[in-house]
Amino acid sequence: MSAAVVPATAGRVLRQLRHDRRTVALLVLVPLLLLGLLRWMFQEEPGAFDRVAPIMVAVFPFTVMFLVTSIAMLRERTTGTLERLMTTRTRPAELIAGYALAFAVAASVQAGSMVTVALAVFGLDGAGPAAALVGVAELTALLGVGLGLLASAFSRTEFQAVQMLPVVVIPQLLLCGLFVPRESMSSVLHAVSDALPLSYAVQAIQRSAGPDTAGLWRDVCILAGCVILALALAAATMRRRTR
Amino acid sequence: MDAIEVDAVVVRRDRHGPPALDGITARVAAGRVTGLLGPSGAGKTTLLRVVVGVQRWSAGSVRVLGLPAGSPALRSRIGYLTQAAAVYADLTVAENVRYFAALAGAAPGAVVEVLDEVGMARWADRLAGALSGGQRARVSLACALVGRPDLLVLDEPTVGQDPVLRDELWRSFRARAAAGATVLVSSHVMDEAARCDDLLLVRDGRVLASGTPGSVMAQAGETDMDSAFLTLIRRQQQRTPVGATSGSTS
Repeated sequence: MSAAVVPATAGRVLRQLRHDRRTVALLVLVPLLLLGLLRWMFQEEPGAFDRVAPIMVAVFPFTVMFLVTSIAMLRERTTGTLERLMTTRTRPAELIAGYALAFAVAASVQAGSMVTVALAVFGLDGAGPAAALVGVAELTALLGVGLGLLASAFSRTEFQAVQMLPVVVIPQLLLCGLFVPRESMSSVLHAVSDALPLSYAVQAIQRSAGPDTAGLWRDVCILAGCVILALALAAATMRRRTR
Repeated sequence: MDAIEVDAVVVRRDRHGPPALDGITARVAAGRVTGLLGPSGAGKTTLLRVVVGVQRWSAGSVRVLGLPAGSPALRSRIGYLTQAAAVYADLTVAENVRYFAALAGAAPGAVVEVLDEVGMARWADRLAGALSGGQRARVSLACALVGRPDLLVLDEPTVGQDPVLRDELWRSFRARAAAGATVLVSSHVMDEAARCDDLLLVRDGRVLASGTPGSVMAQAGETDMDSAFLTLIRRQQQRTPVGATSGSTS
């Protein structure tokens, strides 16, 4: 790997984001507004807010990054910039690494602001340490990046890419333990939930509030393994030569 | 010396229909400007994609700068301009060129120089998405030129440019060749043929004629390029029985 390609690519992706004010707003402001909405919804039961808000910190970066990266990579394919990149010394793995690095930076801004506002403004109570929440959010963001890049390989248009969201993201949201605790799911659904990476993010968030640090690290490792797998698959599906 | 050697290359995009490249054989001399001319659908873009290493082919061999096409060592030595402007609409002109300069390992100062060369220095801080089609094409060209590559592969670089700019762009291609680079330019405008050192006339995925502009016209017995091309096409059609697709035996 050449050292210059990955940072140059990450810098380029971040510059693209910076020029696109609406995307920046989607990445940073919208999660905060939704967190406020959540606080308002649970006005009568602050315990529910304390349970759901930390999970949102992990779920949000996943969903948003999936959407943003799948469209961004599809645009690289359709505008010809990807073909041009493949004639340079850029390797598929380096391109993917550049994307991952850029969105990891974006995710730390997003998750950092969510955690800060949840704690300072909305009085989130009983959650794990802020660093743990941001760390898990970072991993779910990268999971979103990996699956988004992978999804773009199976879409021909932006229209098709957006339609991957209900296929890839929503089942994970439903079964991750956000709506129904995983323990009270039927054994079949529990097994499906066990196979979905986002479940481990939610479990890690919940464990970070308790004493089970060994369990927390196990969840984090599984999640990190899924991130690496998704990014590796995304790099493997990217072909320098096409038919 | 030949910078590009294409031998009996076949590219099939789909199983039905004629192949995009039908056993094409061609040579491109080093340090010269070679024009790849032919009607749309002739296989020009496919041939260029084979040369830069992003197109698979099913038969034949391709050597570029002495190496098999697609070799990793070639990637820092080729500048490729795609037919549609391949730039990031949500980056400024300078940011686009700076990115490709970084990937090519270009010298500092190369970005300013190349923006001047394509006449885009005034718009350096403008978002590429806010430019006209012709301006965007010039930014895309700047991205191909910035690494000072040994081989420039340009797919219709002058489409949509006004006559003054077209003239300036051709001057810069000539200057690159004079400095030792090999330039392969595709065009479907026959009047650009006169600006090339050598020509490759292609049709239906094969070379119809090649040589200097003068010799191609002499082969056809015509005095202008348009008629020469038409004559060569008619000759080819007379050789091929009506109704048969050229050279297809499958």
